[in-house]
Amino acid sequence: MAVDPLIELRDVNKYYGELHVLQDINLTVGRGEVVVVIGPSGSGKSTLCRTINRLETIQSGHITLDGQPLPAEGKELARLRAEVGMVFQSFNLFAHKTVRQNVSLAQIKVRGRKKDEADKRSGELLERVGLGAHAEKYPAQLSGGQQQRVAIARALAMDPKVMLFDEPTSALDPEMINEVLEVMQQLARDGMTMVVVTHEMGFARSAANRVVFMADGKVVEDRTPEDFFTNPESERAKDFLSKILKH
Amino acid sequence: MNVLTDNFSTYGKGFLGTVELTVYASLLALVLGFVMASFRVAPVGSFRVFGTVWVTVLRNTPLTLLFFAVLLGLPRFGLVLPFKVFAILALGCYTSAFICEALRSGINTVPKGQGEAARSLGMSFGQTLNNVVLPQAFRSVIPPVGSNLIALAKNSAIAGAFSVTELLGTYKTLNELGYSIIWTFVWIALGYLIITLTISAVFNFMEKRWGVAR
Repeated sequence: MAVDPLIELRDVNKYYGELHVLQDINLTVGRGEVVVVIGPSGSGKSTLCRTINRLETIQSGHITLDGQPLPAEGKELARLRAEVGMVFQSFNLFAHKTVRQNVSLAQIKVRGRKKDEADKRSGELLERVGLGAHAEKYPAQLSGGQQQRVAIARALAMDPKVMLFDEPTSALDPEMINEVLEVMQQLARDGMTMVVVTHEMGFARSAANRVVFMADGKVVEDRTPEDFFTNPESERAKDFLSKILKH
Repeated sequence: MNVLTDNFSTYGKGFLGTVELTVYASLLALVLGFVMASFRVAPVGSFRVFGTVWVTVLRNTPLTLLFFAVLLGLPRFGLVLPFKVFAILALGCYTSAFICEALRSGINTVPKGQGEAARSLGMSFGQTLNNVVLPQAFRSVIPPVGSNLIALAKNSAIAGAFSVTELLGTYKTLNELGYSIIWTFVWIALGYLIITLTISAVFNFMEKRWGVAR
């Protein structure tokens, strides 16, 4: 369905020692598409997400981003990573820097922007995620939901072509999940290409163009959310959905 | 008691000699320790090997042996420098191995996610280390680095055996002049205390200023 592929994974395999965590993964993400990856723990969905900006290396297969194969190491890889925003489960805000400095740092160091130019952009992005008033605080002074929104602003500051979300709400208190999801919904509406690993089925239903269901290192289903949630094909997906949708 | 007042200039020279050795060797040790710690966590394998060999060799060599190797060995290869410079080299390189390991343990206290976040934003290894990892590692390595520099100050006494002017070596002169050995050493010990307590004070201040907040 993807007419204009931005991310392509072809026959990707990864092992942790004996453990075959990614098995012949094929996945295409089109420009502007929102792909939600769900699946049980240990199914390899986080690993999949992390291979896209090469935080995890792969043993075989090809990954291309905007037509370019992923570079190995060094400057080329750094340049590519700047084009791929990433949001982590544990936020990973720089603990020794203020919120504004967190958002500005890579703009200055990687994009070569002037400090006041970067700070201005940081201010705008912090406003956008509703945290304009907290710019001078340190990450430890913010709630989890606020930290995660700062992390999203920090990734957006690089003007990435695609955003990767690795379980962005899994470490949050229930009442903070929504504030993060709302920011992500807004991003999706603005046409950002997103790959989201999550357990938030509500988000998958409402924001995703496609749902990718993974189990045991394989892509088991890759369909529209409507199809997937109302009429899962595989036993594995039926089983998974029956367990999580009951509550 | 009058051993100090009679020989103030001898003590002074020795004291300044030790201060000089300590300051220059400390600077060398900090710079080299920093470089070697970067090597040991570098993504390039040969750098890591070099750092590991550096630490293993220097940390496991008795300092006196290292002094012999540098002061008597290097001139054989045509490198002739004043003994004081040799002593600074030996002390600095030796201590750099310990500083390197202290820094590396500090780097390991910084959660892995910090480096991953920096790299995922497109920052290079050097930028990640200098802007994100080391500033946070720095907070937790202040106490062990202080200990290493205090050890360095005391280790500098070995240089006296190689006719470099320093504090401990003054006892030979004073002993020949017939002064009480006890009082001679009391004043020498006091000299070392002044130096080591100063280092302690500096590092206590740094810890208060930049240490990990609890």
